[in-house]
Amino acid sequence: MSDNIISIKNLKVDAGNAPILKNINLEIPRNKITVLLGPSGCGKTTLLKCLNRLTDLHPQLKVSGQVLIDGEDIFHPKQNITRVRQKMGLLSQKPFPLPMSIYKNITYGLKIKGIKDKKQLQSIVEQNLDDAGLWEEVKDRLHAPATRLSIGQQQRLCLARGLAVGPEIILADEPTSALDPISSRKIEEKFLDLKNSYTLIAVTHILRQAKRLADHIVFIYLGEVVEQGTPDAIFNNPQTAILKEYLQSGH
Amino acid sequence: MKNKKRLEEQFFLWIMRAVTASIILVFFLILLVILQKGWRALSWQMVSEVPEGGFYFGKSGGILNAIIGSLYLALGSTFLAVLIGLPVALGMNIHFVRKKRWVSALRFLLDALWGVPTIVFGAFGFAIMTYFHLRASLLAGIITVTLFIVPIFIRALDEALRTIPIGLLEGSYSMGATKTRTAYSVFFRQALPGFISALLLAFGRSIGDAASVLFTAGYTDQIPHSLQDPTATLPLAIFFQLSSAIPEVKQRAYAAALILTGIILFISLISRLATRKFKKNIL
Repeated sequence: MSDNIISIKNLKVDAGNAPILKNINLEIPRNKITVLLGPSGCGKTTLLKCLNRLTDLHPQLKVSGQVLIDGEDIFHPKQNITRVRQKMGLLSQKPFPLPMSIYKNITYGLKIKGIKDKKQLQSIVEQNLDDAGLWEEVKDRLHAPATRLSIGQQQRLCLARGLAVGPEIILADEPTSALDPISSRKIEEKFLDLKNSYTLIAVTHILRQAKRLADHIVFIYLGEVVEQGTPDAIFNNPQTAILKEYLQSGH
Repeated sequence: MKNKKRLEEQFFLWIMRAVTASIILVFFLILLVILQKGWRALSWQMVSEVPEGGFYFGKSGGILNAIIGSLYLALGSTFLAVLIGLPVALGMNIHFVRKKRWVSALRFLLDALWGVPTIVFGAFGFAIMTYFHLRASLLAGIITVTLFIVPIFIRALDEALRTIPIGLLEGSYSMGATKTRTAYSVFFRQALPGFISALLLAFGRSIGDAASVLFTAGYTDQIPHSLQDPTATLPLAIFFQLSSAIPEVKQRAYAAALILTGIILFISLISRLATRKFKKNIL
């Protein structure tokens, strides 16, 4: 197996006439945390959404180029989109628990996979809630509505349901932006635990968070990859003027 | 300055209170009038018997024919409207979400249909019937009523579905769900209160409309036994009896109105209670 799980080749996204992403070429290393850094509106979120083809939802976005995951082009017209998406768990900026119980939020993806055995479902639910650090808090009310959880708990539930489908990759779009510092810290700690078994790609504009989490940082500005490297290289030895400026104003 | 703002707040607060109170007042006035004018004619006989000879001149009998007819007609057409409308409304918000122009054209069309008076639907239904040499029947009534409540049902549900955040759609998709699964197990649940409102709106319109069934369902003193039979309806029972000069018959019109209102209130209450259990899951 190669060390790069995802390779993005000449990826372009246009919204109408305005380019959002201009010719992105990027390799994402396996079992590492890659952080996409950049100011608001630079295309970080769009890049993330290209990876599991949520761009399909937006008619105005025109996508061209290739995204290879384990060597397979996910934009190939014959691609099995369910399988591609189940390779990835998604955490969005704000948690969106499904309108059902905590338990069913997690079994939702499993049922799509065709797992029906009750005992197996039960143990997967427990395992993944535990992995997301939520089991102790919810074990007595698994059948209560997911919406009754606090927003920090909801975000961990979304992490658990994403993990439950057995993905290789976790996509996180500013996963802590709606959370309080303690909940944010819990998510960050989980991320560091998870990188042993998963590849994580996180979007953030919080420099401290990038420093704490990242193994590899990709700095994006106006739809282009401006600079990438280890946190040490990015923070202590920025090459471009624009990154220097961004780092300065961020502190 | 501060005082002026306070005054402004107070002013609008009182306007709001006044209009809210007047709406409630109108509702109770309507109830009061039909109660006061109709309760004396309301009897067990009224709801359990079909009209006897001379019923329309004040002799004995009831309007069971119209009660049953109205229920058949309203339930049948509401059922058909859901069968047609639910997939369309979900499709507009999920499957065809990429075809924005097409969907907004459809919305415009449905809004236009919502605005068309029901007598026009009645005339349309009548024209179709004469073309196929059919006579007034329960089936023709159901089809005509379905035609005019489908746009209402779709648009009312559509408005509820439009408020669902796209993040929920992304959440469902990111776990590998198909569009159809997302539609029925996520969107439908989330929009359940909106669905109930749309259902009640459609049901209320279908049971309460007189113009569309006048030529299509007809009127009869018998309870319909098949889809080919002509069918009496409560709004027409009110209409025919209210135009009578005989006081007893007029009074029965109000009793029929009371029964119609009662049915609608009862159905609204039941469906609200029945869905309370599911509401807790909603975002």
